[in-house]
Amino acid sequence: MEHSTTAVLENKPDAVVKEIWKVTGILTLLTLIELALGFYMYYSKMPDGFEKHFFKGAIIILMLAKAFYIVGYFMHLKHEIRNLIMTIVVPLILFVWFIIAFLYEGSSYNNLKNTYNPYYKDHSSQHMEKKEEPKEEKKEELKKPGGMD
Amino acid sequence: MSTTTATTPSKYWSGGKSPFNVEYGKLMMWYFLMSDAFTFGAFLIAYGTTRFATNGWPNANEVFNSFPFAPEGTNAPLVFVSIMTFILIISSVTMVLAVHAGHHMDKKGVVKYLILTIIGGLAFLGCQAWEWTHLFHEGAWWGRNPFPNADQTLSTSNFTNFFFTITGFHGFHVFSGVVINVVMLIMALNNKFEQRGHYLMIEKAGLYWHFVDLVWVFVFTCFYLL
Repeated sequence: MEHSTTAVLENKPDAVVKEIWKVTGILTLLTLIELALGFYMYYSKMPDGFEKHFFKGAIIILMLAKAFYIVGYFMHLKHEIRNLIMTIVVPLILFVWFIIAFLYEGSSYNNLKNTYNPYYKDHSSQHMEKKEEPKEEKKEELKKPGGMD
Repeated sequence: MSTTTATTPSKYWSGGKSPFNVEYGKLMMWYFLMSDAFTFGAFLIAYGTTRFATNGWPNANEVFNSFPFAPEGTNAPLVFVSIMTFILIISSVTMVLAVHAGHHMDKKGVVKYLILTIIGGLAFLGCQAWEWTHLFHEGAWWGRNPFPNADQTLSTSNFTNFFFTITGFHGFHVFSGVVINVVMLIMALNNKFEQRGHYLMIEKAGLYWHFVDLVWVFVFTCFYLL
């Protein structure tokens, strides 16, 4: 299946260029949708909660779709033979476990800190002054020698 | 590629030929990119884990809201970074077109599209340099975070540490990609590929360049949108 498509595309050079521009259009469209969702989340001042998670989930799905088009068409993996596709894609399945395990671990650690470390919760709920005020302090700090470290 | 049609897939493991049907260099480039994907994945998962293990986090729209030459106090979230994203997508497209021209032994096309790709890469690096400089002057750097959390509570420097480390590592990849593309351009201009009779080297450079674009898709989403 895979290489029969390749053979067809090889014979018609215009078909390849056409496919490239089609994929470019899809990538642009997906990016624009992502940006629209991002702008909407910001300007509607969406509170944290289910709706925001839903939007973020949609953005992640769009991100994965973009990754599919870049790897599949620009990197040509979709038109390679099955052996090559599998040797690249199968190890990446590990990421499913990585992401679930580590994010769960992170949120569990945060819960433990909030429950058992009163200093942590107290510290992280302190109010921080707006950007404008610390800006001046930081500028003075920069003038000190070695301030960069 | 044309040899593919002559064989049936079932015979790929019977010996005497590459079971992956690509030349050695391209297969190794794929494996290198896979390992690099794990490196970037580890960085991004570490970022996500830290974010999940922290009570608040700065709102990216409030941090990255400036634009070059815009007056002080301009609020333009996402605008500059979306331009950077499109620059990288377009330079990826010109790279595919360079690879495609290489398939047809079209030296002029390869040179033209490689130059466009290099310009795109340099433009992206320039944008990133401006953004880093701007953030530095706002007081952000490794170990220093002037931006409060989204709910105005005290933030940690993890935000800036991860931002500068991951975008820096990605920028380093863009830089090495540009260097590789310049080398390819010089080789093409010196007729190295004409002498070899094929432009397969451009394909390997192209794989690397697309990977840089791919990583930016993830970095862009994780830092600016989520």
